[in-house]
Amino acid sequence: MYKRKDRRLDEPREMDAKVGIIKRADGSAMFKMGNTIALAAVYGPRNLYPKFMQNPEKGILRVNYNMFSFSVSERIRPGPSRRSKEISLVSENALLSCLNLEEFPNSVIDVYIEILQADAGTRCAGICAASMALADAGIPMRDLVSAVSVGKVGDAIVVDLDKSEEDYEEGSTDMPVAMMPRNGKISLLQMDGNMSKEDIKKALDLARNTCNKIYELQKKTLKEKYMGEVENE
Amino acid sequence: MNNISKEYLLSLLQKGLRLDGRKLDEYREVELELNVSKNAEGSARVKLGNTEVIVGVKLEVGTPFPDMPDEGSIIVNAELLPLSNPDFESGPPNSQSIELARVVDRGIRESKALDFKKLCIVEGEKVWLVLIDIYSINDEGNLQDAASLAAMAALIQAKIPKYDGNKVDYNEHSEKLPLVRKPVECTVIKIGENFIVDPIKEEEVFIDSRLTVAVIEDGNICAMQKGGEKALSIEDVEKMIEIAIEKTKELRKKL
Amino acid sequence: MGKILVEDKSIAVPGEILAEGMDFLPAGGVFRENDKIIASQIGIVNIDNRLVKLIPLNGRYNPKRGDMVIGDVVNITFNGWVIDIGCTNFAVLPVRDATSDFIDKGEDLSRYYGFKDIVVAKISNVSKTNMIDLTMKGPGLMKIKGGMLIDATPSRVPRIIGKQGSMISLLKERTGCKIIVGQNGKVWIKGESFESEKKAVDAIKMINNLAHTTGLTDKISEFLGGSENVQKEG
Repeated sequence: MYKRKDRRLDEPREMDAKVGIIKRADGSAMFKMGNTIALAAVYGPRNLYPKFMQNPEKGILRVNYNMFSFSVSERIRPGPSRRSKEISLVSENALLSCLNLEEFPNSVIDVYIEILQADAGTRCAGICAASMALADAGIPMRDLVSAVSVGKVGDAIVVDLDKSEEDYEEGSTDMPVAMMPRNGKISLLQMDGNMSKEDIKKALDLARNTCNKIYELQKKTLKEKYMGEVENE
Repeated sequence: MNNISKEYLLSLLQKGLRLDGRKLDEYREVELELNVSKNAEGSARVKLGNTEVIVGVKLEVGTPFPDMPDEGSIIVNAELLPLSNPDFESGPPNSQSIELARVVDRGIRESKALDFKKLCIVEGEKVWLVLIDIYSINDEGNLQDAASLAAMAALIQAKIPKYDGNKVDYNEHSEKLPLVRKPVECTVIKIGENFIVDPIKEEEVFIDSRLTVAVIEDGNICAMQKGGEKALSIEDVEKMIEIAIEKTKELRKKL
Repeated sequence: MGKILVEDKSIAVPGEILAEGMDFLPAGGVFRENDKIIASQIGIVNIDNRLVKLIPLNGRYNPKRGDMVIGDVVNITFNGWVIDIGCTNFAVLPVRDATSDFIDKGEDLSRYYGFKDIVVAKISNVSKTNMIDLTMKGPGLMKIKGGMLIDATPSRVPRIIGKQGSMISLLKERTGCKIIVGQNGKVWIKGESFESEKKAVDAIKMINNLAHTTGLTDKISEFLGGSENVQKEG
């Protein structure tokens, strides 16, 4: 049975979060999962140009995911890649499910996710940061969004895979999941590897539990920032 | 976020006042943090007040330029991220980010801060290329100085990865980079007849001209770049160089 | 029959269930899902009998008819001015609502309000698609000259004004500045000197950041120190 050295199989890595770190943005946040660090900034709702892209019935959400060239061991050439474009798209869908874009006709909400340091789970950290940034920007949301990767490493079902587990020689399956905590609905689901449907069910339950823990951290971080402005004497 | 007119700003500057209460030749609080991105060979975050820039250094094995077969080199790239400023757009580097990168490059290259010969692995075949990537995180003015300070700090902190002749092992690092000099850049701004340093966003709008000066420890200048639409007199340039030499002494202490 | 799940005056984040039961009615900043009332922004919970609402702690200004706002002219068209009041959409000031003077057809509109001029106006209408109309006809509405314009968070405006204007009176008295606070969070300050203006700006930034603290008036009073020599305007 695959074993981890420094945590249980159902235990995520140590996490940390901060809000309001980029002052020029309308909302911003940092989310750290183990050695993966994601920054997110939100600008909007703002006017969308060119004008022909405007939709008089509802607004648009644009998510841009990008990794710093030095965020990984082998430098990534700056600029979008097919991978980053795909991750931008699925992240956009993950966040869309918590927004009511009909409230922002003709406008755009821009979300920028930057990965400062990568050790797997970057799109999940990015979504956790982005959903906090949206709340920090005061954009009406139906719920926050929490995300974590689950999967199988060797023969064990695990949560929050790090890079060494993603690359595990004897086989590994990686399944990023994003969820809205209140009703447990999934807004991002991807998978690559090889898993039975029973294992997938177990992994999804594990994802739900972990997302609830992540939600508590997101909630606490958001409240603390604004609490600092609401002390009671 | 102020709706300031140029006349108002000039009237303040003439009295020796800045919008945020600083003196004309005063920098905002400088914060420097090293090793902010652990997969980089070296990295640093610099904050000038609320302006924030992160720079990472990666090393790769490459082929030397044909006319310098026993020398490694640096390649500097700057990304002015839309995350840092509502007016920045996604896309390939524009002229602003290219200028920023090239000015940082010249400061390091012309000062011969790095002993390029010591970056040679096999003459004529393999050398170390030092890739310096600059990312703006929050733009409240003066990205240039923040970027060049962070680049220098990242270089000082950086270590060379192990190379067995075939493959680079990024998990093992040996000695630091062969740094022999520490150039520091200071951008001096002229608005009307006033000279200021470290402009905030509200001041940058009214720049008549600017001069970025890279200064080495012995007080010599190794690179300069004039920007802005208005011309400068020789006296202006001399004055701005004086200011830069003074200010870079202070900034260098942070490294 | 229903339940309140959070404390009155506590902070809630989006998605938090504030109350359960059809007895409760959602007011602002919240929405109903089945029988639950849920926060849609970060804000302070406000429970008044059966009305559950949330006072947002951030977010853009939500334009409302009748609000007094401050903005700057960003464009002049043939039939009015386009004004930036900090909303996603720019607001429009039509010629007929610009002034009680009679404006001839074809007149140069920039004679009245020019590019980058700052105006204090009132919202006369907000359409369903958030198109905003302004009027300058009314008491206290005018073009303003000089001074500084700063951005405060719209939800903090009531605090900057204070109960019956107590906070803004304190600010004016102690700094000797003219101060106008727009509901859109834009605050105009004009004083006799840069120092007095800066004092007012810093005080307002303090209020903005500590809006929901108790004892704020004392803190601001302490920060402002004694009163400036006030020159009463004629």
